[in-house]
Order: sequence, then C-alpha cells, then structure tokens
Amino acid sequence: MLSFILRRILIAIPTILLISVFVFSLQKLLPGDPVLAMAGEERDPEVIAFLREKYRLNDPIPVQYAHWVGNAVRGDLGMSLRTNQPVLELIGEKLPVTIQLATMAMIFAMGIGIPAGILSAVRKGTVTDYVANVVALSGLSIPNFWLGIMLILLVSVKWQLLPASGYVPFADDPWRSVQVMLMPAFVLGTALAATLMRHTRSAMLTVLTSDYVRTARAKGLSERRVILKHAFRNALTPIVTLSALLFGELIAGAVLTEQIFTIPGFGKLVVDAVFNRDYAVVQGIVLVTAVGFIVMNLLADVAYVLLNPRLRSQT
Amino acid sequence: MVETLVEPDAAAPVLDVRDLSLRFRGFDRDLLSGLRYSVRSGETLCIVGESGCGKSVASLALMGLLPPTAVEIGAADVRFCGEPLDLGDQARLRSLRGASMAMIFQEPMTSLNPAFRIGDQIAEAVMAHSGATPAEARERAVAMLRKVGIPAPEERLNEYPHQLSGGMRQRVMIAMALVNDPALLIADEPTTALDVTIQAQILDLIRDLQAETGMATIMITHDLGVVAEIATDVAVMYAGTIVEAGPVERIFNDPQHPYTIGLMSSVPRLSGPRQRLTTVPGTVPTPQTMPDGCRFSTRCPFARPVCATDPPEREFGAGHRALCHFAPLETMLERSA
Ligand SMILES: Nc1ncnc2c1ncn2[C@@H]1O[C@H](COP(=O)(O)OP(=O)(O)O)[C@@H](O)[C@H]1O
Ligand SMILES: [Mg+2]
Repeated sequence: MLSFILRRILIAIPTILLISVFVFSLQKLLPGDPVLAMAGEERDPEVIAFLREKYRLNDPIPVQYAHWVGNAVRGDLGMSLRTNQPVLELIGEKLPVTIQLATMAMIFAMGIGIPAGILSAVRKGTVTDYVANVVALSGLSIPNFWLGIMLILLVSVKWQLLPASGYVPFADDPWRSVQVMLMPAFVLGTALAATLMRHTRSAMLTVLTSDYVRTARAKGLSERRVILKHAFRNALTPIVTLSALLFGELIAGAVLTEQIFTIPGFGKLVVDAVFNRDYAVVQGIVLVTAVGFIVMNLLADVAYVLLNPRLRSQT
Repeated sequence: MVETLVEPDAAAPVLDVRDLSLRFRGFDRDLLSGLRYSVRSGETLCIVGESGCGKSVASLALMGLLPPTAVEIGAADVRFCGEPLDLGDQARLRSLRGASMAMIFQEPMTSLNPAFRIGDQIAEAVMAHSGATPAEARERAVAMLRKVGIPAPEERLNEYPHQLSGGMRQRVMIAMALVNDPALLIADEPTTALDVTIQAQILDLIRDLQAETGMATIMITHDLGVVAEIATDVAVMYAGTIVEAGPVERIFNDPQHPYTIGLMSSVPRLSGPRQRLTTVPGTVPTPQTMPDGCRFSTRCPFARPVCATDPPEREFGAGHRALCHFAPLETMLERSA
C-alpha cells in the first residue's frame, strides 16, 4: 500500500512540473505589465528600473523560472505585488475559509445526493424515481447565483433566520461559524448533490442486478440490509472516487458563491489577484489549486484500492 | 425467529407445486404455464430443458426472488412442507429463504459478494435466521466450510471470494445455502460454469450432503448424464410448460412426449455417454412467436392440425404423465405410419 502511494506521488511530480511551466509561461504571455501598474501614474523610469531589478524581471525567462521553482519548493511563492504580504501567507489565510465552505457543501451534497440516488435506483421507474430525477435536473440547471440570491431574500431578508453574508472563523465560534456558512454551503452543495445523485443511481442500478445481490436476498436478509450493505458497499467505489474529485472542483468553483455571500475566502483572493494583475498571487493560487487537485486524485486512487479487496491484496 | 422454520411433514412432499403460471409484465402470453411438480424429503427432482425454457424463472419465482414489479403471477397453488405458500407474501418468503429453502446458482464466480470475507457472508446467513451471536455464527461457518470440503476452514474464513477458484466458490455457496439445514435445496445448473473434473466433485458433494441431511433437492441441469446419476424424478420442460414428468426410469426407458423422445434418442438408456440437450432440431419459441395450443408443435415431427388446440394431459401410472394429443407413444407411431 505504502509503495503504491509512493509510486503515485512519483508519477504526480512531472504533472506538477508541467503545470508550473504552464502557469509561469502563461503569466509571461499575458498582456499588461505589472511593474507599470505598480509604478503608478508618474511612471518614473528609476522606480520602474528598481522594481524590475527587485522582481528579477530583467533575467532571461528560463532563469526567472528556475528561480521561481526553486523558491516555490522551499515554500516561498513570492510576495504579493499589491499588499506586500508573502503569497503563501495570503493563501494560508484564505484557504481554510474555502475548505470549510467546501466541506460543508460536500456534506450537503453527499447527505442529499447519495440517499436520493439509492432511493431512485431502488424505486426505479416509480414516481419517487421520476421526482428525484426532475429535482436533480433542476438542481443542475438552476444557476448558483440565482439560488443564492433567492435564499438571501427568503431566509435572511424575509424570515431573518440566517445572516446574509460574512464570515466567523471556526476557531473563534464554531457554532456561529457553521451557521453563517449554512446558506452558501447549501447553494454550493445542491448542484453537486444532483451530480452525486445521478452517479449513485447508476452505480446502484448496476449493482442491484448483480448475482451477489440475488445471493444476499436468497439468504433471507432484509431488503434494507441487501441494499445498504451488499449493494451499496459495491456502488461505493465510483461514489467515493467522484466525491474526491468533486471536492477539488468545489474549492476552485467556490469563487462565485463566495462573491454572493461576501465570504473572504480563496475565491475573493483569486478575483482580487486577477483584477490587480498580482502575478505572484495568481501563480501561487494556480499552483496550490493544481497540487490540491492532484492530492484529491491521489486520495481517490487510494480510496479506490482500499475499497477493493482484490486490489488491496495486490498492492 | 425459530417459528418461521417449517417442520417437514413426513407424508407430504416438501415442495408441491400444483399450478404455477406467470408472465413478465408487458407480455401477453404466459412465460410459465401450468407448471406442476413436487419433490419429497431425500428425493431429487431433475428439471431438464433447453436454455431459455423457464427453469430458472420458475425456481426464482418459488424463492420469491423475482422483482414483484416485473412479474405477474397468474396462478400459484404451491405448498411447502404441507402448508400453502403464498408467492405474493414477501415477508414469509424472506423468512423461508436461506432457512428452510435454499438456492445455489449457476455462476459461482459472481454469486459471492466481492467486498466481504466468505466467513462473514456465511455467518450472516446464520444470524439472519437465528439469535446466534457472531461467534456462534462463525463457528457454524467453519463447521460448514469443513463439511463442504474446504481445507483449513479457519483460515479460508477470512479470505475474499477473489482468492478462491470457481469450484471453491461453489463449495462456499453450498455451505452458505445449507448452513441453516434447509428442507429444500434448489440447485440451478450448479456445475455448468465449472471444469469437467470439478463438476463431478460438486455433484458428489451435493449428493453426500443430501444423503446426510435428507433434504429434498431440485436439480436443474442440461446434462442427461447427471440426470441418470442422481434423479429420483424428472420433469421435462419445454417453453414454459412441463411436457413430461415421472420417475427417472420411466422417462429414460419409456418416454412418451415427442420432445422427450427427441432428447432421449441419443442417450441409449440409463448409462452411456453424457449428452447435452441439443438433439431436437429448431429453436424454442419466444413469448412473441409462441404457437397456440401445444407449444412444441412448431418443432414436432408428429404435429397435426389438432395440435393448435391445448393438448390434454395423459397419465401412464406411477406419476408418469405427458402433455400431448397423441400420447401414448404407440398411438403416435400408428398415426404417423
Ligand atoms: N426480466 C425478464 N423480463 C422478460 N423476460 C425475461 C426476464 N428474465 C427472463 N426472461 C425470459 O424468460 C425465459 C426463461 O429464462 P430462464 O428461466 O432463465 O431460462 P432457463 O431455462 O435457461 O433457466 C427466457 O426466454 C428469458 O428471455
Ligand atoms: Mg437458467
């Protein structure tokens, strides 16, 4: 198992390198000069020269790249051109906010999507199945911003049950923190719930017609046990794999929802950095996101192996 | 839980199917029509017939393993251990399944759950029908694995299905089916998917276990050699009907239905080489192409216009019966001469 994980990590290294080259060169190809942006209205040639020197923008591009990668490996992703904070520190501040949001959204998505998927598979062709599919389809097609605004209007403005925006750090007041994030997590989670529901349904439909489910019934087990133990355990593999990948997407996809609910998370950091041409921050964000995706992929692979006795004994 | 186990009544057959007709929803002809067969304690009924004639569907219906949403049961007069068995009563069927009636299947490679240890899968069957503790159930599983000839059962218990060969998996299936000492075992082509050498071992095993426990057995098979070896009685199925049934010697030595005669024509008597059921030219009609009257009429060399009407059931004594306008055989030969 350990060697399997190590092997997978080794395979991930070239991927990360490739992404870093891509991130770095994209940066260089983009229009707009960050130094000019920083130098302000006067564009004093001396200031410009100083800044170019400071950020090593005069070096040949491969040298700039090597320098950047060298620093990145040591955890130094450079400084924000705008706020003069280390990029890693900025990310470290904002990422936990988004991870909390994504985790809560994932709980919503799994809590709704998986039971709904099981139910609609078991009740295939009935009204329950039909309703679940229609709801899932609407869940997929309702834009997050619309759902978010509607929820704010109803729950916050009309009923005044939950705050419409803001953020309370989990460490300060866990209960309040969860409460504030309930709505955005729900908004973010619903679209995923629909995806998870449809995948759970199709995985369960496959498994429910299998011979071993028939065997479980032939033993006289209760239908509940047949479905939740014998069938679901085998449908779990694609569900867990998908969930791990969706979680990675959630973090990247939280941008819009964070804007609607004015949550100071990763999404806000991304938007600010892009609009301000804060190159170092953008680079850092893309790199961290890419590594995050790779880690979630790795976890998905590990889960896949752990869930399959046959693979487990081979690795 | 114990009250769900039915005490076998020595006089009555363990399973007595008096009338069974069913169709899959969406079809306008019955897939199974008027099935009638019974099997007593310690006896073996072999059901033979070409692939697709409804042998498995009939067994699954009796076990309550067909999805109620997919089938319409037309007639079901069934008795189990002397008591009426309502094939629509899911709760009762579930309490009987794996306890007093058990089934093993054709596909040992896929019939065990790949995610769980075989010991747990057997123990689960014990706990489903008794108040046994996990430890007791495990002990039963070990004993049962030993009984079905699995070496080092204490260790094998912890293995997953993929670690076992096909023959071993079928042994595990047998252990699981028999762990609660059922009154009836339905074995649906249990050896078809196995190597020839393993086939004989599995059949011997079932026969030995039957001799030991006295359970009634329904063996579904393609293999007339197997029938000759183990059957007490035979039911010949064709396109969802039982065209001929009776004691094994009668069926082999004095077949009455043209279909049975076709099957037997290549099998000299109760001995001789094993034959598969492929000797009658033509194919089984589907529910769409099913003829009116005698279902075999499209392939029968003796077919006459009258065969488009429902054939009568003729009795020849000792429980030997056939579903044909022209049985007994002598009548048929005279007419075709
Ligand atoms: N779910 C189903 N829906 C419609 N027809 C079915 C279904 N399952 C089985 N059948 C039909 O029932 C017939 C009998 O099948 P089966 O009992 O498996 O035959 P066999 O005698 O080989 O065991 C086949 O012709 C098959 O097409
Ligand atoms: Mg079959």
